[in-house]
Amino acid sequence: MISLSHYLVVSGMLFALGLAGVIARRNILIVYMCLEMMLSAANLALVGFSRFHLVNGLPDYTAQSLVFFTITVAAAEVAVGLAIIVALFRSKQSVDVESVTKLQG
Amino acid sequence: MPPLLFYLLALITLGFGFMVVTGRNPVTCALSLAASFVGLAALFLSLDAYFIGIIQILVYAGAVMVLFLFIIMLLDIKAEEHKKLNLAPIISGIVVAVLLVVQIFAVATSTGLAGKTAQNTPLELAEAVGKLGKAALPTITNDLKAGTLPDVKLIGFTLFEQYGFHLQVVGLLLLVGTIGVVVLSKREKGGAQ
Repeated sequence: MISLSHYLVVSGMLFALGLAGVIARRNILIVYMCLEMMLSAANLALVGFSRFHLVNGLPDYTAQSLVFFTITVAAAEVAVGLAIIVALFRSKQSVDVESVTKLQG
Repeated sequence: MPPLLFYLLALITLGFGFMVVTGRNPVTCALSLAASFVGLAALFLSLDAYFIGIIQILVYAGAVMVLFLFIIMLLDIKAEEHKKLNLAPIISGIVVAVLLVVQIFAVATSTGLAGKTAQNTPLELAEAVGKLGKAALPTITNDLKAGTLPDVKLIGFTLFEQYGFHLQVVGLLLLVGTIGVVVLSKREKGGAQ
């Protein structure tokens, strides 16, 4: 039978995939995609808890409101982040994270 | 939900997620991420979160991924095929991810979470009618009496009844984000191009 722990394990695996991508990849666009994947994994855990924590026989809609806010903030974050990437590409002609070394002194 | 369907959707979500992490071509990665988000939206639907599932497809698979594809094609990024791999970040990424999965697996299966299935925590739509309190609007109670879950109506009620201020803050954040994007993407006077 599919229980809450199944959903949590899928959510954890998706988060770990995203984390591995953020650590291992050097293309800044793909790092960004992996960040989005981690946010979605957290959303899956929230929706899972929402479904299995019944309030008066209905799912807990506080958690789903939080997911709504997370998705909104993630959309804003993607827009700003991609604008920064475009600005970075204009100055460096590269999207490799190792090309950004100005702060190394 | 049949267990087979859950495993199929989980496989779609995680398999395409794996392709995002390992793919060499950014366009392949972006399209894999869109497919992964569609699988995730189906998992949301299986958890009776219809509204969240739909906005997952509309916002993520629709808007965000199209933005990603636009930027990839605008910047004309070549696939990083001829670059050599550097092993240290890859190995550390795999090690951290495996450790995290092991930890989450231990936590998620050891406690009382494994006993919570859709069978022993069913939605009690008819019983919920009398306990709604302020949310007992005719449109919601009629849906509950008819045996359907008024998912969007209940989320809307929660958002506007309890989190109205937060909703306005998020709206302001979107406005600031829009202004920030315009400022960031404006070319400087006398810049390179």
